[in-house]
Amino acid sequence: MSISRRRFLKSMTAFGVAMTVPKAGGAYGSFASHPDSCGVLHDITLCIGCRLCEKACNEVNDLPAPERPFDDESVLEKRRRSDDKSFTVVNRYQVDSRPGSPIFRKLQCNHCREPACASSCFVAAYAKTPEGAVVYDPSVCVGCRYCMIACPFDVPAYEYDEALEPKIMKCTLCHPRLLEGKLPGCVEACPQESLLFGRREDLIAVARERIHRHPDRYVDHIYGEHEVGGTNWLYISGVPFEEVGFRTDLGTTPAPKLTSGALSVVPVIAGVWPALLGGIYLMTRTKEKTSAREKATAVREAIDATQAAADEARKKAAEKAKADQEKAVQAAVKKALDQAAKESAKEGS
Amino acid sequence: MSEGFHSLQEFLHHTKGVLYLLSVAYLIGFVFFWRYLHDREREDD
Amino acid sequence: MSEPASAFERPLLSPFNVVAGIIVLVGLWITYLRFTGGLGAVTNLDQNNAWGFWIGFDLLCGVALAAGGYTTAAAVEIFGMKKFHAALRPALLTGFLGYSLVVIALTYDVGRPWRLPYPFVLSPGPTSVLFEVGACVLLYLIVLFLEFSPMALEWLGERRLRRILVRLTLLLTIFGITLSTLHQSSLGALFLIAPSKLHPLWYSSYLPVFFFVSSVAAGLSMVIFEGTLARRSFSDKMDDEHKGTADAVVLGFGKAAAFVLAAYFAIKVFGVALDDNWGLLGTGYGLWFLVEMIGFVLLPCFLYLVGTRDRNVKLIRWTAFLTVLGIVLNRLNICLICFNWQLPAQDRYVPHWMEIGLSVFVVTLGVVAYRFIVTRMPVFYEHPDFSEGH
Repeated sequence: MSISRRRFLKSMTAFGVAMTVPKAGGAYGSFASHPDSCGVLHDITLCIGCRLCEKACNEVNDLPAPERPFDDESVLEKRRRSDDKSFTVVNRYQVDSRPGSPIFRKLQCNHCREPACASSCFVAAYAKTPEGAVVYDPSVCVGCRYCMIACPFDVPAYEYDEALEPKIMKCTLCHPRLLEGKLPGCVEACPQESLLFGRREDLIAVARERIHRHPDRYVDHIYGEHEVGGTNWLYISGVPFEEVGFRTDLGTTPAPKLTSGALSVVPVIAGVWPALLGGIYLMTRTKEKTSAREKATAVREAIDATQAAADEARKKAAEKAKADQEKAVQAAVKKALDQAAKESAKEGS
Repeated sequence: MSEGFHSLQEFLHHTKGVLYLLSVAYLIGFVFFWRYLHDREREDD
Repeated sequence: MSEPASAFERPLLSPFNVVAGIIVLVGLWITYLRFTGGLGAVTNLDQNNAWGFWIGFDLLCGVALAAGGYTTAAAVEIFGMKKFHAALRPALLTGFLGYSLVVIALTYDVGRPWRLPYPFVLSPGPTSVLFEVGACVLLYLIVLFLEFSPMALEWLGERRLRRILVRLTLLLTIFGITLSTLHQSSLGALFLIAPSKLHPLWYSSYLPVFFFVSSVAAGLSMVIFEGTLARRSFSDKMDDEHKGTADAVVLGFGKAAAFVLAAYFAIKVFGVALDDNWGLLGTGYGLWFLVEMIGFVLLPCFLYLVGTRDRNVKLIRWTAFLTVLGIVLNRLNICLICFNWQLPAQDRYVPHWMEIGLSVFVVTLGVVAYRFIVTRMPVFYEHPDFSEGH
């Protein structure tokens, strides 16, 4: 009992505070990417829409020749997206704040830090590599196309015209070339250095530096720094991003977090439901058994009671009959005696 | 607390895998749990 | 009730058989095109719309409408409501056929159907909600098959095997309800990963709960609806217990459905409040949301209430049909109509007639199988040799 009240209260408070701090694992702490995770910084203000990146990608990845050649400018009249024959496209935008001068930008897989495709794939066909590229393995793909539903950037494309061996087609960040120490095909081909390859952290530093140095030239935002948990393909732009085909309503929650809550409930249901249902079954069966037993008892008692009442009534009736009979006999005897007395009285007189 | 996991995706891939195996083991165990309970009742009946 | 008599009663070229035959021929032709020309040859799926009518209707609606199996089994086996017993076998049969059709439809939709076992034997992706859906549907299909097999075994006269399976009934029921809860809710959870693509009035962190609760209403209503159809075609196969308790089933399930729909409506309203989406109700999609909620959830709830209170069996039967339509509408809304709602009109998806044709083909296969089974096996009646236990 030598502990002072003040020390006791202090230790209790410390204990209480410690209890409220969430444990790292339970709150899905934070995860650090591979230190050498690389990506690309696309400086949209430098893109001239030459489409040499598309051409390089086509060659490096052995993709089929397009309907119209890469130097055909009429292609840019339509807004395009990646498809089963092109991993990347360059689009042209007419922006109100810059009338007359169109703006070009390249789009392809953004190689997210927490890829929705990897999270959604039920055969684990996607993987985020240490190099930073999100790669796809066609040898296990079943073709369910859930990754296409999941990707917030609508990147994965499907070979709908393949009957028996359809694959998903998407930018690979030229992962095989990265392993050989080479640059991605598009980065190497860009004549304006609009594409810069490097470690993600370094690219963010470069982007911040450029924005800081030329605040009138750039919008103060690095697209991909935090969107859907961060992507390895980053963009800086001279006009608001939504005007050049970027979705700005994607939020910062990474895809795996969107479904991990629902998935966490699965083992709880698997664990609790059998016990709950088994318990309900046993309780209703016990209830039925008890009520059946009570009913049987009540019926038996009712039968016994009726029987007893019937016996009682019969006994009473028998006794009454006996009493009546005796009375009748007595009455008859009395009558006979009276008769006899009357007759003897008549004879006597 | 990252234990070599470089992303939430990697972490979840590991933990959910373990949880599925545990859940299946539990459900199989439940069958034996139930049968053990029921066998006794059949004796009572 | 003997086989030769029914064979004579149903001629080979009956209207049903002719129509079914045409549908099957068209279906086989679509099958040929699908596996020689790819999905692009028979569907309107594209790079922006990866899931279409086969997922929206055959998978999502199919699973929801086959929910009568677990709801009826719960009522009869777990909660001990023996008066609904006659509805159990038909409900289990519908469930078994329904889930089988879902798997058949998936073999068309998925790119490489022979790889469907891959997630479970080769390369699991446990972070995927689809993994859980697949695992639970696979296991549940096995459970349904085992619950259905006594009917077939009685027909075949296999006493011993049947007895073993009947002893498993309770465990199968418990697993069936557990697995159903899991995959019905997970079908909703599939869409949690795409908040930027599903309209906010339908997207909610409560999606799994919405799907599960509505599946209960769907199951109860389908049992009533399927019973209504069966009465018209197969009443000669129904025994006295079945005919005598039919109305009790309709009234009992109708009352239960009223409760479930009331709860479902309430939590949908709570869902709007949770995300403060009241303002969206005034938009075009908002109006459509109100049509779904008021016309296909609140209205059938009210009609079920009236029907139950007034013991109006006919009203309840019509309400069941309305509820079923409402569930179909909800699933199609989430998967097709309100999905990718932000895409420009020319990029939106409309099913190819062959997609609908194939779905009709798959449903027809189910109806044909159903007819074959109920006209030969003890579904609507008790087999005289096995009338003690069920």
